[in-house]
Amino acid sequence: MAYQLNVNGKAMTADVEPDTPLLWVLRDTLGLVGTKFGCGIAQCGACTVHADGAPIRACMTPIEAIGDAKITTIEGASALEVGARVQKAWSELDVAQCGYCQPGQIMSATALLSQNPSPTDDDIDAAMAGNICRCATYVRIRAAIKRAAGQEA
Amino acid sequence: MGIVQNITQGFSPSRRAVLAGGGAGGLILAFSFAGKGAAADGLAKLNAYVQIAPDGIVTIVSKNPEIGQGIKTSLPMLIAEELDVDWANVRTVQAGNDPVAYGRQFAGGSMATPLHWDQLRQVGAAGRAMLISAAAADWGVDAASLTTEPGIVVHAASRRRATYGSLAAKAAVQTAPELSSLKLKDAANYRIIGQPIPQVDTAAIVTGQPLFGIDMRLPGMLYAAYAKAPVFAAKVASVDLSPAQAVKGVRKAFVVEGGTELDGLLPGVAVVADSWWAANKGRQALNIQWAEHPTSSQSTEGYAGQARSLKAAKGGKTLRSDGDVEAALSASAKTVEADYFYPFLSHATLEPQNCTAHFHDGKMEIWAPTQLPEPGRQLVAKTLGIAPENVIVHMTRSGGGFGRRLMNDYMVEAAWIAREAGAPVKLVWTREDDMRHDFYRPAGFHHFRGGVDASGNITAWANHFVTFGEGETTARSAGMAPTEFPAQFLDNYKLDVSMMPLGVPTGPLRAPGSNAIAFVVQSFIDELAHAGGVDPVEMRLRLLGKTAAAGGQGGLNAERMAGVVRLAAEKAGWGKTKLGPRQGQGIAFHYSHLGYFAEVAQVAVADDGTVKVEKVWVAADVGRQIINPLGALNQIEGSVIDGISEMFGEITIKDGQVEQANFDTFPLLRIQDAPVIETHFLKSDNPPTGLGEPALPPVVPAVTNAIFAATGKRVRSLPLKASELAVG
Repeated sequence: MAYQLNVNGKAMTADVEPDTPLLWVLRDTLGLVGTKFGCGIAQCGACTVHADGAPIRACMTPIEAIGDAKITTIEGASALEVGARVQKAWSELDVAQCGYCQPGQIMSATALLSQNPSPTDDDIDAAMAGNICRCATYVRIRAAIKRAAGQEA
Repeated sequence: MGIVQNITQGFSPSRRAVLAGGGAGGLILAFSFAGKGAAADGLAKLNAYVQIAPDGIVTIVSKNPEIGQGIKTSLPMLIAEELDVDWANVRTVQAGNDPVAYGRQFAGGSMATPLHWDQLRQVGAAGRAMLISAAAADWGVDAASLTTEPGIVVHAASRRRATYGSLAAKAAVQTAPELSSLKLKDAANYRIIGQPIPQVDTAAIVTGQPLFGIDMRLPGMLYAAYAKAPVFAAKVASVDLSPAQAVKGVRKAFVVEGGTELDGLLPGVAVVADSWWAANKGRQALNIQWAEHPTSSQSTEGYAGQARSLKAAKGGKTLRSDGDVEAALSASAKTVEADYFYPFLSHATLEPQNCTAHFHDGKMEIWAPTQLPEPGRQLVAKTLGIAPENVIVHMTRSGGGFGRRLMNDYMVEAAWIAREAGAPVKLVWTREDDMRHDFYRPAGFHHFRGGVDASGNITAWANHFVTFGEGETTARSAGMAPTEFPAQFLDNYKLDVSMMPLGVPTGPLRAPGSNAIAFVVQSFIDELAHAGGVDPVEMRLRLLGKTAAAGGQGGLNAERMAGVVRLAAEKAGWGKTKLGPRQGQGIAFHYSHLGYFAEVAQVAVADDGTVKVEKVWVAADVGRQIINPLGALNQIEGSVIDGISEMFGEITIKDGQVEQANFDTFPLLRIQDAPVIETHFLKSDNPPTGLGEPALPPVVPAVTNAIFAATGKRVRSLPLKASELAVG
């Protein structure tokens, strides 16, 4: 069935089965492949996007549950003031190794800093614990969040 | 085709032909190598790496696959340095699989740096020489009177200057110089090598642009899911395809006969659909009956039982025997006997295995995240009965490799399914497929006996290694070299090996062999140090103080290793740091991939046995030059955390099947458990070597040795179990 979606500020239509996870609608139907498939059970966070600004795991969110929530993906992160700042910090510190998890990391970090502009280490742990980086770039992820928050490490 | 170009913007053979034919003022440098850069497999050695546009933009090819090791940045840096151009004017592109042009292309063994350090700098220097020749001809001056500034040839005497862009077309027709005749830059003059340069794909990564194999899209592309037996290589006994065919969007479901080779095309059922979600739903609707298989009774418990019997039988094959271990043990002041175990591990690349294939015009065209494209091409050709020249492999960026993508099983599956489907197909494995169909780091069992004399010096070392294999053939990545440390550093040393059959595929996991051997060897050294009342750092320096026989230990230089041991101990404040109760430091070193690494871990063990690795000090000797410090530190920090992560997970086998399936049962370390890491490079006058792997092995025993220091409990079996480290 046809779903009307708002993705990165644009109206989009996806004609898919109601149980299709948002992840696969984004990737296969809408061609927004920046959001990644890692585990399918909300364990790794590679599929993190925002629904009305809150981080969600797109791999376990069926399209029928989206309703009129405004979806923001990594492709739309630069349009967010905080998102652009996070991406800049990620680039300056060259956080990524393989880079596969980083869209999810950036979306989680953007949600964190939008809610909490000056996170402590514990806040960072709590917000980022759901995002696995298999290359283990955690040292730089933490540093980049602090840089984006203006707390130069 | 925008996405296709973005992902594989390579100089594939056809693309290169276009550039060569219609370069419109561009320069393509082709070289014939006769030196040590030549591939050993007899392939022709024509290489094309550099293109210069009239506006001075330099396009440099990265020949090897990018899996997160940063090679797409670091190899072009070598060329750009000697070509003498501004990095800001460099664009890098991924090569296609083209062994004729580029020789062996692979990501493995941390080999790219040692193999290309000289070769690619020479490629750059040759380009610079051709640009100088072109200017010399133009100006009618001696080439020797010309110099370069980045992107510009200069004749100081006449103050003439010409940009590379303006010279490129003429330079392209100059004779390529003899590589051996080229003088390379003095390191003091480097402008690019040694600078912290961000990865060339960073901007695309942080904005979510298509880069990875899984991001491939082709016009008319269908999606596939592929169900294989949980028991490796078991055949399909029966299946009703209709429930899958009834799923909306499913185009086709079919049985793939497959074979029995564990690294080839395994039997299964493919479902092809308009979307991956539909394909996978169709696959889940299938009720497949799998045939009985000879390995379906194997289990982790069974392996352990066999290992006990093999140990008791003492009937191993002796791989090395120096001196008289039994006599030396009898004469020792103290002896220690210990059984060590480490489990199977999964690679768990975060991008699940996937591949896109399109059979058209008699050719099989493939886009694959692979570490080893050419053997994949050969496997596809052989399995599908297509001439190898009709199989084209494009390398995409890989969402992690760690050795998993040295195997090309998913590539041959995609190719087979795409031909059968008659359309371009993207095959994507689920996480469960990925974890249950890996080529696992083999488990291993070691029975050690060792002795020390009254001064605490090691007098004897015997290791009975029980591993997997049959007849004379050791399972992949399950062997141990008879030169492995401390062989040749002890007068009385013995290594025996026994093997048992295995129905589970194994393969190289980052620092293969070393990631397990370092744990057992460096732990047992610690045990002997404590038995002899010798400080663990002192014990290691004593061992390294002995001179190994020439060529021993695959080239381990004891002096270089002692250097990093001292440096790690010094930086960690070894013996001087005030530590709390159940807090401790441990040290370990390991030589692998030509790299010398010593690491000190500091841990705190909670009363309930939970281990927190607080800090790791890394001392590394990888030669005189760090090519890209930004990438180098990232590799080391990632390796250290990767090694710690490997101490908490295991793959177990029951009824011939892997029991774990996803990150809930095979955990990976998360941000809150990542330690502080402090890295120090010990620059030595040796050629630079790779950093993808050698930082990993020492951290495992550094942590277990620290746990001993903190708790008095010796970890002889992984994964770590909190219950065994709890108070009481």
